[in-house]
Amino acid sequence: MARGVELALPQGERYALIGPNGAGKTTLINLITGMIKPDQGQIFLGDTDITALRPEARVKCGLVRTFQINTLFPRLSALEAVTLAVCERRGYAGNWWRELPAYGDAVEEAYAILVSLRLAASCYRPTRELAYGQQRLLEIALALATRPRVLLLDEPAAGVPQGESAELFSVISDLSRDITVLFIEHDMNVVFRFARRVIVMAAGRILLEGTPEEIAADARVREVYLGGAHRG
Amino acid sequence: MASSTLSEPQRHLEAQIRWRPLEIAFWLATLLPFVLTPNHLALASQIAITALFALSLDLILGYAGIISLGHAAYFGFGSYTAGLIAKWGWGEPLTGLLIAAAAAGALGYVTSFIIARFRHLALIMITLGLGLLLAEAANSAGWLTGGADGLQGVRMWKLLGLFQFDLYGTAAYTYSLVVLFLGFLLARRLINSPFGLALRGIRENAVRMPAIGAPSPAHIRKVYTIAAVMAGIAGALLAQTTETVSLDTLSFQRSADVLVILILGGAGRLYGGIVGAIIYMVARDQFSGINPQYWYFWIGTLLIAVVLFLPNGILGGMARLVRLERRPA
Repeated sequence: MARGVELALPQGERYALIGPNGAGKTTLINLITGMIKPDQGQIFLGDTDITALRPEARVKCGLVRTFQINTLFPRLSALEAVTLAVCERRGYAGNWWRELPAYGDAVEEAYAILVSLRLAASCYRPTRELAYGQQRLLEIALALATRPRVLLLDEPAAGVPQGESAELFSVISDLSRDITVLFIEHDMNVVFRFARRVIVMAAGRILLEGTPEEIAADARVREVYLGGAHRG
Repeated sequence: MASSTLSEPQRHLEAQIRWRPLEIAFWLATLLPFVLTPNHLALASQIAITALFALSLDLILGYAGIISLGHAAYFGFGSYTAGLIAKWGWGEPLTGLLIAAAAAGALGYVTSFIIARFRHLALIMITLGLGLLLAEAANSAGWLTGGADGLQGVRMWKLLGLFQFDLYGTAAYTYSLVVLFLGFLLARRLINSPFGLALRGIRENAVRMPAIGAPSPAHIRKVYTIAAVMAGIAGALLAQTTETVSLDTLSFQRSADVLVILILGGAGRLYGGIVGAIIYMVARDQFSGINPQYWYFWIGTLLIAVVLFLPNGILGGMARLVRLERRPA
């Protein structure tokens, strides 16, 4: 659930979305990406009203998400999965009279994305054989293959051991400055290190938005977290 | 494109889809019936036709994950189209085949709009319903289809003006085998294309597809239409080579048989339907010779054994054996 949410994400910004469990963080991402239809309100990407668009159409506009739980293609190799996303964007995915290696530009682009996320070494193996942390990276690789303008990452480091999560976030923070990134994260160390703006949600509403320093100093945030007896 | 200009990931993808020696050996072996069993070419022709039908089901079931219990609708529709054209005085096989393909494709395209909206159990019921609907329509339109007596008076002209379809089945097997091989080449190209990759994406995780910007329903409509064309061609081949069409081409039994054949051989493997068709049709021929009434008992036993011990079909089991063999080395 999410109610009365008003939110503007400037281009290139790095946002963290935090809040106790059940605050409506994932719901908000589902609403923005069109996985759920809002009862009322509008969503704009740039100057375009995208409220009526289907999820795949929003992806084509540059609004892309990843998932809290790995939702990948178990028997496709990492290279195949990312190539698939690139082919969809380039409009090749309906072509059935030429074989995949003939689409060198798509394969090259997919490979370059995998290299940039340090996945090249295992990119020929089926996704289900990859280590968990690599699968989290592949989630991001799939999103990047669609050339997002806005990237919404739902707990990108969920399930990843703490030491590795910093590495994952350094990859995220190295993403192109053209991309607006919003990530949901529970680990406050990570939030304060990688986000430049923080949004706090509670009970389906946005409680406040500010720089990490402002958030850390705010009494209401402490109350939401400590009062809700939540970790963090 | 010369292979020297390919990048490393391209070379890797190319190696995955390269023709293997075993494949070439397999297709050469399909010529053996001409030499080894010249008295059984009519059966060989039926096997090739069933293999093409199973291959068309593999495109939707094995690659896009669309389960169908009514695939005979397109087979039978192609069969009746080809039969009727010949009955009405145009007995030329190749154009008849093309017209039947177009007719089955049109039916496939129209129905694909319903198919693309459903998955899983709903899809089984819908395909089953469509199949029954068409079978019953053909049954009641006796003035057109001949009803339960079958379509009589189908007279085919010579193939390419040279070869007569006869009882020995030499022309029939040659014709069916060539069409099967062309259909296989098309299917092989399709599954190795970007479109084929998108289909595997739908099979692996349909829910994820919209999140990478993929319009799954459009892909499903397309592959369903292509599969319907292929099934229609298989049906037309049967009508032309046997010079008759019976209601059984549209029956639920045929839809179920082809599903059994594909699962027996291994879905999603391209050769699964072909291998399944060979085993199933030869077994039926042999068992029904021994005991015509109870041969389904043996097919049932075989099916349970395959599903229990070889969940990925006979080809899947063989692939696993090969991997186990190679591992210690």
